[in-house]
Amino acid sequence: MTTPIVKGAAYVLVHTPDMVMHYGTTCSAEHDANPNSEFLKKVPSHLRNYEEAVKYAPNQVYIGNMLPDELNNIPKPWYKNLIADAKVEGKMGAMVPQDEFYIAMKLCDAFDLVMLEKDFTDSTKAKMSKIPYYTEDEFAKVKEGFDAADIEKKVAEGAEPLHFNGNLVGCVKAAHASDKNLTAHIMVENIVSKASGVIALKNLIHVNNIPADSIEYVIECSEEACGDMNQRGGGNFAKAIAEVAGAVSATGSDTRGFCAAPTHALINAAALVKSGVYKNVAIVAGGATAKLGMNGRDHVNKDLPILEDCLGAFAILISEDDGVSPVLRTDIVGRHTVGTGSAPQAVMESLITKPLDRSGLKITDIDKYSVEMQNPEITEPAGAGDVPLANYKMIAALGAKRGDIDRTYMATFIKEHGMPGFAPTQGHIPSGVPFVGAAREMIMDGKINRAMIVGKGSLFLGRMTNLFDGVSIVMEKNPGKVEEIGAVSKEEIKGMVAETMKEFAAFLLNGK
Amino acid sequence: MLQDKKVIIIGDRDGIPGPAIEECVKTAGADVVFASTECFV
Repeated sequence: MTTPIVKGAAYVLVHTPDMVMHYGTTCSAEHDANPNSEFLKKVPSHLRNYEEAVKYAPNQVYIGNMLPDELNNIPKPWYKNLIADAKVEGKMGAMVPQDEFYIAMKLCDAFDLVMLEKDFTDSTKAKMSKIPYYTEDEFAKVKEGFDAADIEKKVAEGAEPLHFNGNLVGCVKAAHASDKNLTAHIMVENIVSKASGVIALKNLIHVNNIPADSIEYVIECSEEACGDMNQRGGGNFAKAIAEVAGAVSATGSDTRGFCAAPTHALINAAALVKSGVYKNVAIVAGGATAKLGMNGRDHVNKDLPILEDCLGAFAILISEDDGVSPVLRTDIVGRHTVGTGSAPQAVMESLITKPLDRSGLKITDIDKYSVEMQNPEITEPAGAGDVPLANYKMIAALGAKRGDIDRTYMATFIKEHGMPGFAPTQGHIPSGVPFVGAAREMIMDGKINRAMIVGKGSLFLGRMTNLFDGVSIVMEKNPGKVEEIGAVSKEEIKGMVAETMKEFAAFLLNGK
Repeated sequence: MLQDKKVIIIGDRDGIPGPAIEECVKTAGADVVFASTECFV
């Protein structure tokens, strides 16, 4: 039986300022209730341009150009202290501007629902020709665009608009005349999720030089639902994403669990590889338009830029042991069960200490905990506090209560075993998985030996249960011994020699 | 302090969840008229 390893990870941010106004629930709900509100009037002047978003330190961390701890060296507010030499290309992914993303949406448009304006299509396609993870064949599939008048007509008839720098450059049509699950709005949400997931999977393949056809299974773990009126949420985003990313040997399925879904997917992928069902399993998720500008009202009130202007996406490849990449310890898995309850101590015990106890490890044996990694600069102005820090305080308190650490060591523990939050508030995106790529790098560079990835999900938002959910798994330095499947063990060799000796003795005694 | 007082509870997923607060205030004699946990991220 092989050991599952983290072969590679990719992280993508798509800067979509025009979508904040139209598709983010905070702005769209305000527009429905009070279309002339002061807040809506102020939003455009609080949106960042692409360059500002690229130079924003937490975004550079997310795409892999900086380690999370490096944020400790950058004075706050981070939105005022931009990284001068920031790059669009990340060591583990990329930043993507909105115009290029609309072309990516068109590439993902299997039913001709996305209409883009002619000149916009031509100029943006030309600009994208040097992006290494797209092929000429793909661009050839993006047909000639439409006249602006045709797009305006479709929007007047109910299609959802696509703006760039405030100008209408396209739209997304409904996929059915009357089906409430195939409305133009739902199709935008789903095509956006698919397209950003595709860019993440393409980056995973490109950055890590992975043959696309080596991926055998894809687990998609976003928070969207695709299906028609007879099967809302039927899926399968995974296979749709694999198709566009060129993973021709893959099938796949969708895993849901609110923000905890990516860590569920990580554990499921590790189990599929460990069991030998598949050799290479990718987990992937695109972003959510609904959460764009979610805390925008507070950002505007406090005269901050609207920091939730990017869609987040990621992809991670779990493969058979290569003797080098960090392993996923499927024997150190935490889970919040139905019977765990909601008391914070019980929650943290189920996710953190119970799995460690089963393996004889202390809280301090995990070098870095990846919890809810939301960027605090987004959440603090809205009164939601520093979410990663709140989680680290609970882990430290649990450690002090158990005697793993001294109470006076708690602040140091939080600094050493935690890290600043850096991920966009895109629901499933910030939960546990944003650190998998950085953890891989830090483990392989010898900076840490172990990291715990913790995913938590607010199931109660679906109004099916009041329960919370969470799972965790440990990543660890590869011991460097590849266990060969089918290799003969020492004991088996001894048995074979003994059997041969016995047969030879019988031959000598009986002469046959 | 909370004896016979009507209480509305909004818990935080990453802080103290609603049901946990509910159990605490009940022991102080409060009448919980609404309790939920919200996710602020």
